[in-house]
Amino acid sequence: MKKFFRIFSLVILFSGFLLNIQAAEKIEYLKTDWSFKGLFGKFDRAALQRGYQVYTEVCSSCHSMKYLSYRNLAEKGGPEFSIDQAKAIAASFEVKDGPNADGDMFTRPGRLSDKFVMPYDNVQAAQAANGGAYPPDMSVLVKARGGGVDYIYSLLQGYEDPPAGITLDDGVYYNKYMYGNKIKMANQLSDGLVEYSDGTIATVEQMSKDVTTFLMWSAEPHLESRHQMGFKAIVYLIILTILVYFSMKRIWSRIETEV
Amino acid sequence: MSDHEYTPKSKFGKWFNDRLPLLTLANHLTDYPTPKNLNYWWTFGGILTFCLITQIVTGLVLAMHYIAHADMAFDSVEHIMRDVNYGWLIRYIHANGASMFFLAVYIHIFRSLFYGSYKAPREIIWIIGIIIYLLMMAAAFLGYVLPWGQMSFWGATVITNLFSAIPLVGEGIVTWLWGGYSVDNPTLTRFFTLHYLIPFLILGLVVLHIWALHVPGNNNPVGIDVKKPSKDTVPFHPYIVIKDGFALLMFMIVFAFFVFYTPNILGHADNYIEANPLVTPAHIVPEWYLLPFYAILRSVPDKLLGVVAMLSAILILAALPWLDTSKIRSAVFRPLYKQFYWILVADVLILGYVGAMPAEGLYLLVARVATAYYFLHFLVILPVLGWKEKTLPIPLSITEPILGGSPNLATAKNKESLNN
Repeated sequence: MKKFFRIFSLVILFSGFLLNIQAAEKIEYLKTDWSFKGLFGKFDRAALQRGYQVYTEVCSSCHSMKYLSYRNLAEKGGPEFSIDQAKAIAASFEVKDGPNADGDMFTRPGRLSDKFVMPYDNVQAAQAANGGAYPPDMSVLVKARGGGVDYIYSLLQGYEDPPAGITLDDGVYYNKYMYGNKIKMANQLSDGLVEYSDGTIATVEQMSKDVTTFLMWSAEPHLESRHQMGFKAIVYLIILTILVYFSMKRIWSRIETEV
Repeated sequence: MSDHEYTPKSKFGKWFNDRLPLLTLANHLTDYPTPKNLNYWWTFGGILTFCLITQIVTGLVLAMHYIAHADMAFDSVEHIMRDVNYGWLIRYIHANGASMFFLAVYIHIFRSLFYGSYKAPREIIWIIGIIIYLLMMAAAFLGYVLPWGQMSFWGATVITNLFSAIPLVGEGIVTWLWGGYSVDNPTLTRFFTLHYLIPFLILGLVVLHIWALHVPGNNNPVGIDVKKPSKDTVPFHPYIVIKDGFALLMFMIVFAFFVFYTPNILGHADNYIEANPLVTPAHIVPEWYLLPFYAILRSVPDKLLGVVAMLSAILILAALPWLDTSKIRSAVFRPLYKQFYWILVADVLILGYVGAMPAEGLYLLVARVATAYYFLHFLVILPVLGWKEKTLPIPLSITEPILGGSPNLATAKNKESLNN
């Protein structure tokens, strides 16, 4: 029994070693308590809904979200807008469709099944409008950045005047959390920029937290069911392991040797 | 294979078995005499079989939804993650399953190294194992390319470019591998085809690996030949089956933790950025399980010699049964080898660590020393040790120490070895 604990702790140690490699490059990011971390982590519905508001009113003028559909807004484990709310949100966007029977393209109000409308027609148009920098698609952005949610949360609040000696070109801004500190996105958030319908005061910190929560959901829309299933799966495995352990002891007790 | 004749009880069973002896095979597998002193390090063979099956089954489902096209691969993976029922679960099991597979195979290999399982008469088992390991690395690399993220694309570019180090024909081979003049759609489609093929080759080799194992039977922590069947052995079923099952469940708990709670920790964030031939990532790093070899590759200043060093680091293992000149199998009775063994383990871990770091300054120096030591261990230390080392007296049988009065010396010895 001792032996197997040794093996187990070795495996854990080794995993820890692996995690360490990943963590080696970590910078000190701003910390906040994320409701979706931990064994039972869940999204804060209100934060998701507010985050969606920040995304639509601020980010979406440059950043696309191509893997999300309006129907996702009403799905379980997400912002959980009601179906009618989601329909209304979809209908507020003009979607290009077609060709129709005459061979013409036309626009119509969005439906639940539509993907989020993109701010630009293509990458080139996005680059032309943003001084050559492509505003990345935000669907999986938190998974595509080393620091994840902490990085995005910090970046949004990391704008500063450049330290003495650093000169910035036109359209380049200083951000203390950006890789290389130079970013082509200007500071977007300022206190009171959006007016939250639930009465929450829209500080920069609050908006950063809300929109980052929204981005976490957009990157991992099944996070809640993953956590729930994971807990059940691991509890099941532990119980089964204990039962199998005692069966094993029983079977091996027929012969004189230690398992 | 079996030591005794088996006759099925039913008439139909006998009729069938005379034509295709499947029942004899099943009987052999259940009765297969196994040394009773096997410790938990021996359970990783079963765990690896589980890993292979898991990868094949989840991979099969993923292949139903994945689109092997440069313009659609990344999107199709996101489609799996979002819209396919439990697609996220299947993909995370597959992606983390690769890491779990390598974790298990490294433990399996290092168990072999500790207990001398590669020595006569088990050389063929060992060499088949090395081929399986090589194919695993190929499959893992090819699979990592399929999501068509930035690390997929640039990893594929770096690794395929290694072939350009071959004199004269190198460049031609690279173009042939790519199916064009850069990593592009033709590369992706062929990588997908090969990624689908290799697991079945591995499966075939696993059958040979087990077949070859069943001829001499398992090695054991004491490392001596056991009489089969005897009081030193237990039938595979139920003794080993339940023990392997118990260990497998423990392994699955760790596996499940990764899948459900930190599914992306072992991958690189850049692979969630769609492949872009115009933007090179700041650091191109392979998956953790290839890092020691990546460190060896980068520690040699010359490209061709670097590739040669990296390949030799793996192929040298195939020569291990002849490089290790000691007649004693188990490190339990080899006090000096035991120490060198743990130095080798540390050396490989250090190589893995520096492989993840930028190849410059102190990291590069450490990588060079560790690479040199790796080869020194196999080419100099092992052969010399076999001639010079004073080994401890080995028991005549697994049960002998018990008759000598001490309660199961073999297990005690073995515990002692783990303490060191």
